[in-house]
Order: sequence, then structure tokens, then C-alpha cells
Amino acid sequence: MPAVSKGDGMRGLAVFISDIRNCKSKEAEIKRINKELANIRSKFKGDKALDGYSKKKYVCKLLFIFLLGHDIDFGHMEAVNLLSSNKYTEKQIGYLFISVLVNSNSELIRLINNAIKNDLSSRNPTFMCLALHCIANVGSREMAEAFAGEIPRILVAGDTMDSVKQSAALCLLRLYKTSPDLVLMGEWTSRVVHLLNDQHMIVSSASTDLQDYTYYFVPAPWLSCKLLRLLQCYPPPEDGAVKGRLVECLETILNKAQEPPKSKKVQHSNAKNAILFEAISLIIHYDSEPNLLVRACNQLGQFLQHRETNLRYLALESMCTLASSEFSHEAVKTHIETVINALKTERDVSVRQRAADLLYAMCDRSNAKQIVAEMLSYLETADYSIREEMVLKVAILAEKYAVDYSWYVDTILNLIRIAGDYVSEEVWYRVIQIVINRDDVQGYAAKTVFEALQAPACHENMVKVGGYILGEFGNLIAGDPRSSPLVQFNLLHSKFHLCSVPTRALLLSAYIKFINLFPETKSTIQEVLRSDSQIRNSDVELQQRAVEYLKLSSIASTDVLATVLEEMPPFPERESSILAKLKKKKGPGAVSVNELEEGKREGGELNGGGERGDNSAIASTPSPSADLLGLRTGPPVTAAAPSAGSLLVDVFSEADPATPLPESNELFVCKNNGVLFENQLLQIGIKSEYRQNLGRMYLFYGNKTSVQFITFTTTLNVQSKPVEPLIEGGAQVQQVINIECLTDFSDAPLLNIKFRYGGALQNLTLKLPVTINKFFQPTEMASHDFFQRWKQLSLPQQEAQKIFKANHAMDTEVLKAKLLGLGMALLENVDPNPENFVCAGVIQTKAQQVGSLLRLEPNAQAQNLGGRSVLHPACSTINSCVDSLCVCCGLRGEGGGRKVKQKDGSGASLPSLLFYPQNFSRKNCTLAVSLEHSL
Amino acid sequence: MIGGLFIYNHKGEVLISRVYRDDIGRNAVDAFRVNVIHARQQVRSPVTNIARTSFFHVKRSNIWLAAVTKQNVNAAMVFEFLYKMCDVMTAYFGKISEENIKNNFVLIYELLDEILDFGYPQNSETGALKTFITQQGIKGQHQTKEEQSQITSQVTGQIGWRREGIKYRRNELFLDVLESVNLLMSPQGQVLSAHVSGRVVMKSYLSGMPECKFGMNDKIVIDKQGKGGTTDEPGKSGKQSIAIDDCTFHQCVRLSKFDSERSISFIPPDGEYELMRYRTTKDIILPFRVIPLVREVGRTKLEVKVVIKSNFKPSLLAQKIEVRIPTPLNTSGVQVICMKGKAKYKASENAIVWKIKRMAGMKESQISAEIELLPTNDKKKWARPPISMNFEVPFAPSGLKVRYLKVFESKLNYSDHDVIKWVRYIGRSGIYETRC
Repeated sequence: MPAVSKGDGMRGLAVFISDIRNCKSKEAEIKRINKELANIRSKFKGDKALDGYSKKKYVCKLLFIFLLGHDIDFGHMEAVNLLSSNKYTEKQIGYLFISVLVNSNSELIRLINNAIKNDLSSRNPTFMCLALHCIANVGSREMAEAFAGEIPRILVAGDTMDSVKQSAALCLLRLYKTSPDLVLMGEWTSRVVHLLNDQHMIVSSASTDLQDYTYYFVPAPWLSCKLLRLLQCYPPPEDGAVKGRLVECLETILNKAQEPPKSKKVQHSNAKNAILFEAISLIIHYDSEPNLLVRACNQLGQFLQHRETNLRYLALESMCTLASSEFSHEAVKTHIETVINALKTERDVSVRQRAADLLYAMCDRSNAKQIVAEMLSYLETADYSIREEMVLKVAILAEKYAVDYSWYVDTILNLIRIAGDYVSEEVWYRVIQIVINRDDVQGYAAKTVFEALQAPACHENMVKVGGYILGEFGNLIAGDPRSSPLVQFNLLHSKFHLCSVPTRALLLSAYIKFINLFPETKSTIQEVLRSDSQIRNSDVELQQRAVEYLKLSSIASTDVLATVLEEMPPFPERESSILAKLKKKKGPGAVSVNELEEGKREGGELNGGGERGDNSAIASTPSPSADLLGLRTGPPVTAAAPSAGSLLVDVFSEADPATPLPESNELFVCKNNGVLFENQLLQIGIKSEYRQNLGRMYLFYGNKTSVQFITFTTTLNVQSKPVEPLIEGGAQVQQVINIECLTDFSDAPLLNIKFRYGGALQNLTLKLPVTINKFFQPTEMASHDFFQRWKQLSLPQQEAQKIFKANHAMDTEVLKAKLLGLGMALLENVDPNPENFVCAGVIQTKAQQVGSLLRLEPNAQAQNLGGRSVLHPACSTINSCVDSLCVCCGLRGEGGGRKVKQKDGSGASLPSLLFYPQNFSRKNCTLAVSLEHSL
Repeated sequence: MIGGLFIYNHKGEVLISRVYRDDIGRNAVDAFRVNVIHARQQVRSPVTNIARTSFFHVKRSNIWLAAVTKQNVNAAMVFEFLYKMCDVMTAYFGKISEENIKNNFVLIYELLDEILDFGYPQNSETGALKTFITQQGIKGQHQTKEEQSQITSQVTGQIGWRREGIKYRRNELFLDVLESVNLLMSPQGQVLSAHVSGRVVMKSYLSGMPECKFGMNDKIVIDKQGKGGTTDEPGKSGKQSIAIDDCTFHQCVRLSKFDSERSISFIPPDGEYELMRYRTTKDIILPFRVIPLVREVGRTKLEVKVVIKSNFKPSLLAQKIEVRIPTPLNTSGVQVICMKGKAKYKASENAIVWKIKRMAGMKESQISAEIELLPTNDKKKWARPPISMNFEVPFAPSGLKVRYLKVFESKLNYSDHDVIKWVRYIGRSGIYETRC
């Protein structure tokens, strides 16, 4: 490069810069800059031509002002003019200004490109280099578009100088990195390879001037490193001979690294170590040479105690990857003490982080307890930045390698105690999943949390775990007078006021569970729920829970309570939520996730859990049988479930107790048993059975009050045995109704109930859930049979069709259960479309027998349940059945459906008879409701 | 309460550091420097919270004064204190500059000990302070015991701002009504916002413990008197009275009397002090009207014509008139023609500054300028900042008039008539802008 001549000193620029530096305040600086800008503007005004020197000087000043952080909106033209100058310094400043300041969408870009093109095609190597540097510095897509064709030509041209080639190669690399699609490798790769024996640009640039070069006794360290790194881009060589040579090379490198240093200079050891580390990462990359791996591990082990922090860091990092290899895992494990020591004593947090990563990677069943204990003890003093990750790691290790669950529970509770703030939701969810799924730890867990909660200051996560576990398994430790139910409750409640809303909500759920577990605490808890701070809480969720739990506890009988508040069922097996969380977290912690999952499979006995939340008292009852569900969920649902919207009103309004369930009959289309009616006085349950045209119905009248009902009479337009005129408080009487279907009917029989409660006469009229489909006799038939009959029934009055929208996602199992409940036979493998459901049945009346067919065509995409249900000729009442079916399958009656929407829209969770962590309530409830609906 | 007080120079070097409470650590000094003085984007809020510590700062030229506290203090009180502190320092050693502060640091620490005690503001009356904090070294030898006890009783007494036994041969007082008028006007001459903030500053050289009563044309008082049927005609009094939006008084004014009778009565401190501060927004006399005319001729030229009209009695003379016409950021040259005064393009401020020394009322003057522009890449249009103006007029733009200032000193033998009274009105421009 030509030396800068003395005249190019640019005195004006120096003066300006020193003026700026001498400014005492920001204001003064801005004033000076404004003055200078005005000066430059007046110079650039174009009255008289500026010579190259002043142009360069002013462009330089503009550049300096820009670098000080001020906007520059002029001077670009002058800078572009400088590009065409023949003086190196002027050209250089022009290029500098352009690479710093010109944005790609400027109008000047064509002028600039033109200037660059001129320089590229000039014979002057300095100018070519400047142009290439500018292209690389800007490196935009536009640049790539303009010059992607030109640069390779320069690179491979025979007469280009080496330094230009180097620049061209680097420039090309830069363009290739920004827009690989524009730089077409194919055309010129072969020529480049041919020329430099290597296609890789870094190597090509390096190889041009780094051959036969010894740097502090290490031959060509940069080249070696680059070559080793290049080899890491390829899979291990297939050819045995090549492989042998490679292994030999690697061994030599390892040997050389062992030799005593030839120089005490830091450069010597740096170069040597650089090559060694690259070699080791190549060995790790190949992962097929056990003895090399072990040797590498041992050599890294020496670095673990090196006094150079960077080396320790690198050693730990490489070891981390070594630990994941099956060959060197054992070798890595021998360094455990050193690593633990590093974790405790390293002064640099990044090195400690690596040590923690390594411990995590080298952990297996044999050393899990030690490592987890060490990590836990370190956690107390750990740096804040790595705490959360540490916590996750401890949680995963504890779970993965847990041999006995009490240890696991201890570990996690310790974790929460030590670093509660950093324990994410996932961690404590996981504990609960595991405790619930494992019977043998439940008692121990309850005892441990109880003890942990006794600390005066507990972390909120601990309270959550405590609330959940005591709510579920408090009874297991209730025998001990020190942890009697009341003591447990008081302990939990002492934390209540210090907790956030979600935790409080969880605690409220725990309280209602307590009422179920320990009836003796009922009055105390009700007192708490009734207090203004709960029942009038400003938080909607808390208030709702308090109100509902209070009502639930006072209304529902113990049996009902026991059913609703049953112990949580085991969680389905899923991927550990903690693992998922760690995966989400970027960084070195996630390096060995694959390996972790493998480990998880072997340590699978613990993984009973999954996300809690898919489960709830209702949804958990796994059987799709409608009858069973109907029976079990009936009573509590009416008390609190959202679907029974009108009932919910009943519970609270004392005014008219005799509002029958509007949609109750629809509920009973597909099922035979359940609760027909309920208010705060009376509950009527139904159990019915049908055979051919005969049916028998058992009505159960339950007195929910403590006062007797007098003159209890029921009248029915069907034959019935008289019922006992007196129902004692809390008692239940049974009434049997025999039903015979004479001919088809549309209106269900009405049941009139009269009784005296206290002094008042109560009058109730209910529809008995007797519909024509109850008298279906399922019929099996083959495919062609079915379609033959189907086609025969083509008259309009023989056909009823209904297309309706499903309110809920369709579940095949649920639909099947419902169709079966309808009473017809579900024909498998009849319809060519497997999505469709086809049923056949015969309605049995005394007068006649009517065959009917049904076809349900769900349209999954549109969420439509396009039901074309051809049923029965001439039997108009069947239409109502179709309607009912529609209702059952998805089109819920107005009342219920709307109620749900309201509930959902308000953001509050549904009346929660379920016991679940707050966060999941929404999802759960919709699930529960949809099931409830479909019954 | 204030936990500490720091003074920094423009570089952020600490000149004065006084910590009053233990909850303020040593690092608080650095926290303010790093987060406020050296902050990349300029911190515009005068209150900054850093690590649960609040910093209240004011800037005087290049000097930063920062009060720091960990408590939830009354911010207005802190700022009032800081301003008072500035006043006190100015009264002692003149302009607040780095050099002055360095030269007087002993005095400043002494003052800080006196005006703040454990973070609670104490007597910050300059006159009172000057009696016992002096720059002449220890005065103890000259002071008699009597004098010392007098200081104590004065500082701790009911009238802490005035000592007993002051004697003047000539009883004299000077009353300055200083107002600054703020205006934002649309190019069409519509007033967008206008208010006057004024101060009544009094310099009193009165003997003994005189009881003073100050009267001005406050609308409420005048109306009350008008109802009482005094000599003033009701119509006339309505015109001449002004509506005061809010006002604050020096501590010597008896607020209870003001509340009940709206009369301002007080025993004044000796020397100069600010009797009251007030603000009005109605019926403001705008001393000048600026009529801008900006015409863009193509992309490279701009023609500006500005006319100013003075709008007050022809007998009065406005002074120190300065009109500042902003120029676009890509100005490359300016030609100015003006009939009166001097006009110059100041590149460092991106503005044309037009100065007129004196101008009588009901006159008008005009400037026209041709601005050459450099074409730029930027598509952004020039934001056209408003034209601002500075001036000084010898009347109160709010219309405030001093009606009387009566002095009663029953113990000494001089009466109200013997006191020589001087009243002066000065109206200055605050932010006086017209959009163009």
C-alpha cells in the first residue's frame, strides 16, 4: 500500500476532533457539531468545485460526526465522487464512508456499484482490494446480486495477485454466508478446488500464505486447527487406510501435547493447546475410537486443574461432550471429585456453569446421590444467573436416578426450600405427579411436607406442594396427634395470607378436600370459608371457590362429597414436564437432551406422571359407558356443575323450588339411569330397564331436608304403584313404575308430585324420561342388506334428516357410547366411509314393530356433525328422537350451552368440584363439561 | 426525608457529598453518576429511581445537585429545598459554578449542616443564616455573649427570619414585581396557551419589627370592597383587577389572615427576599405579536418574513428584544435583511437571531431572510419549530398593580409616611413562541 504522504494529514479534521473533545458539556458539543455541519453544507453547496483534499476532509468530518451518534443526511454524493479519485487516501475514505453510511435502498447505489465495478476491473491491486473490502463490509443482498458473478472470476483468474485473491476469497465467503442462493457454488467450485486443493474458503485463504510456517515451535497452528475443524464437517472416513492414517495423526497430536513444553512463552502453549482441543473435538465427533476417547479424557483431566482459567473452562466443556459418549463415560466419571471441587471453588461463574453441566452429564445411577447432594449444597451459594438451570438439573437427576422415592421427595423438597424462587412450576408439578402415582411414597411425602411447612418462613412453592399433598394424603399422617387434622389445617392456614392468589385458590381446594378427609374439621373450615375475606374476596376466583366449596360442604352428603373429592387418579404417563422445560431452555444445558431421554427409558419405573390437568374427578372416570357416568356424576353435578345452569340458580334462589330440569329428558335419551330432578328439598333419581315393548322404572324420592314430607303423593297418567305418603327427613323411598308401549307416542308421561314440607304444599310436575327409542330392539344386519333397505325407504315421510353443528370436538368413543345408549345396534364395517356411523333397530310396540335405520355422517373438518339420520317410515315421533339425538351429540339445549359460554367467557373457572392446580382449571373444565354434555 | 445530598460537576465528578442517613450507602453517589449523568439517552425526569433509591436532581448550568432518599418523601418539598439551597449558595458566593463550589466547599458543608438536620430541612432564610454562618472565619471573639444568645433565640423563636434591634437611619423599601410571560401562538395568531408566572420581590431596610400590609388589585379583594360601596366605581374596579390562579407566600406572611380576609400581612425579613409567587392565565397583556410568513421556493430555497408588533403604551420602551427564527437542518446559506436591529445566522444553533435593543410601544418591525438549502437524501420534512422571542418590558403583563404597602411600627417613632417606597415592574419573556 502506498504510504500516506504528509500533506494528507487533514489538519481541519484534527482541529475539529480536538474541539469536540474539549467540549465541556453535551450542549457545547452539539453546538460545535451544528456549526461544523453548517460549514460543510455551505462548502458542498456546489457554487465552486472542491478539490479532492477538501472533499475528503469534509467527508471524514461527516463520518466522525456520524460515529458520534448524529444523523447525517447529506454528503453521500461527495463520498461517491471520491470513489472515482485516483488517490488511494481519497478512494479509501470514500469507501469507508460508503460502507459505514450508505444504506442499500439509496438512489446512489447504482453509482456506487459502477465505481466498484470500475475498480474491480482495474489492474491496480490496491483498488481491487478496496473494492472487495467494501463489498464484504456492506455484504448486503444487493451487493451479492451485483457482484456474485464477478468475484469468482477474480478468484480463479490466473493473473490476479495473491493478496487480491485472499480478499476475493474472504469477500466471497461473506456473500455466501449472507445469501447462499445467489452465490452459485457449482460453477466455480471445481476450479477453486483445483486451484487451491480445497473448497473451503477459510482454508483456501489460510493455505495461500501459511505453509511451512512454525509459530513458537508449533508447525502452522492455524492451518492445523482449520484442517481439524474442516474434518469435523465430514463423517468418519469409510476407507480403512485413510482412517488408520487419521487415527495415527490424532495419536501423534495427543502424544505431542504430552511432551514437555519447548518454550515458556504463552504463545507456545496456546498454539499447542488449540491444536489439542481441536483434535479432541474431532475424536469426539468420530466417537468410534475407544482408546482415543479415553486418552483424550485423561488428557483433559490434567487440564481440569490447570492454573489457566480458560483451559479449565475448555476442558470442562469438552468433557461434557465426552461424557455423552458410551466409551468415555466411565473415564469421565473418575474426575468427579475434581469437578465437584471446581463447582465449589472456581471464581469465574462461567467455569462453574460448565462444571455443573459436566456433573449433570456424567451423572448416572452409581453417583447420582453424591452429585445431587453436591449440587444441592452448591445451590445455596450459587450464582443467581445459573440457579434456575441448576434447579432444573437437580430435579431431573433426582427423578431420573431415584432409587427410592423418599430420597426423591426429600431432594425436591430441599430444592424448593433452598431455591424456591427458581423452582419453576414444572418441578413441583412433577413431584405431585410422582407422589400421586406412587402409593408407597404418599405417606412419607405427607409427613415430609408437613415437617417442611413448619418452618416459619416457607417458600410459596412449598406451600403449594404442601397444600396439594396434605389435601390428598393428609389422612395418612392424621393418626399422629402431632399432625392431627386440625393441626394440619391450622398449619396450612397460617401460610394462607402470605400467598398469592393462585396459591390461595389451591389452598381453598385443599380445605374442601380436608372436609372430605376429616369430617371433624368441617365446622372450622366452613368458618374460614364463610369469613368475609374469603366469601367476599375481591378476587373472583377465590370468591367463587369459597362460595362453591362452602355450599358444597353444607349441601352434599358425605357420600357425594367422597365421590366428588375423591383422591386424584394416577396421571397418565407422559414426557416429564421438567425435561420439556429444559429442552426449551437454550444453552449448554440442553446439549445432552437426547442422551437424557435414553436415560429416561431405562429409569422409566418412576415416570408414572404426566401433565396433571387432563384429569379431573369427572373426566378421569375412564369408562365411556354413559350409564355408569350418569349414575356417578349425577348428584354432585347438579349441585355445582355448570351444565345444570338452571339448577345452579335453584341452589341459590330460595323462591321457587319446583323448577324441573328443562333438558333433563334429553339427557335421558341415551341413558337409563340418573338424577331426574333435584332442588334443595327433594332429589329424584331414576333407574329404568326396557325389554321389547315393556319397561320398568324405579323412581327414588330422596328427602334432602331434616324435616319429613307429609302427604307425599304422586300421580301419573301411567299405571303405578302408590308411593308411601311420608318421607322421613334424609330418607329415600322407592316407587316402581311398569311401562308398556302400546303404540308410538310423542309426549312423555307426566309425573305429578305433591307433598307438604313444613306447612307449605309443594307441587311438582315432571316429564318422565320415557321416549320411543327406549323400546328399540337392536338388529344386526350385513352391509348390502342395510343399503338395500336404506334405498327402499326413500319416500319423504319415511325419512328424517338433520344437519347440525357439533358444539364439541367429536370423540368416536363418546359418539359410539351415545348411539348404543339410543338403543339401536351399531353396525360395524357397513358403511364404506369408516367415519360414518350406521345403526339399525326395531321399535317394539304392542301394536306393531317398526324397523328403523340410522346413519350419522360426522364431518370432522367443518366440525359439523352432518347427521343424515334416516330412521323410520311413517313414524313421525322419531323426529323428536332425532332432535334429541342432535342435542345429545352436540347441539346442547340453549340453557346449558349458553351457561357454559358465559362461564368460559368471563375467564373464571367453572364451579370447581375438582381438585386441580389453578393453572389447569380452564382446560379441565371444558373437558369435563363436554363429557357431561354428551351424556 | 432526604438521606443525602451530592453536587457533581458536568463530568460527574463529585464536588460535595453529604450523607445524612445511614440507609444511603457509599455507592449511591456512583449510581446517580452512572445512571443519570453518564446515561446515554438523556434522562429528562428530575426524579430517578435506582435500586429502590430515589434521586431528585436539579441542574444549574453545568452543576448537578442531587438529593437522595430511600423513603417516600414529598417530592415537591425536596425540590423546594434544592431551589432554596441554590438561592442560599448564590447569596453567599454568587454564581453556582464548579470553581465557586470548589473554592467554597467548607462554607457549603457548613451550610448543609445548618439547613438540613438528619435530612429534615431547617431554616434556610439567607438573612438569618448570614448572621451566624459567615465567610470571615470565626467571629466568636467579636461576638458578645449577648449577641450569641440573641442568635439562638431568633433562630429558635417564632420569627426566625428577623432579628430584633435592627436600626436604619432611612427607612426604605423596594418592591419588584417580576413576571415572565409564556405564550404559544398559532401562525394565524390564535393563542394556544398563555400564562404569566410572577414574583413579588421585596428589599426592605426597615427598623425594628415592622408590621407590613401588602395590597394589590386582586379580583377577590377588589370585588369585596366594591360590594362594600367604597369610593371605587364598580365598573372600573372590575377592569383593573386581576384573577390570580394560585399563589404561594414567603413564610413570614400570616396565612391564616390571608385565608380569612385575603389580606397579606407580615413582618418582613431584613434585606432581599421573595414575598410571593403567583400565576395568572386570564386577560394577559401580550407585549409582542409575531407574524411569521414562510414560503418554500422549490427544494433548495426558503423565504422567511417575520413581522413583530409591540402592543403596549407608546410611552413605554421594551428592551433586550431577541427573535429566534429556526432554520432547517440542511441550511447551506442565509441572507438576512432587517430594518431595525441586527440579525445573524447562527449555525451552531440552527437559527437566525435578530436582536433589537429598544422598541417603543405600538410599533412594528420586520425581517426577511432567504435560506438556501442543500438537497438531502432524507425524505423527512422539516418539522418547523416555533419562532421564539425574548424581551423585557417595564410593566406587568398580568396586569398586576401594587395598591399599597403599609408599614406599622408602633414601638419606634416612624410611621408609614416616613418610609420611602419604590415600586418597579419588569415583565420578561418566558417561553414566548409563535408557530410558523
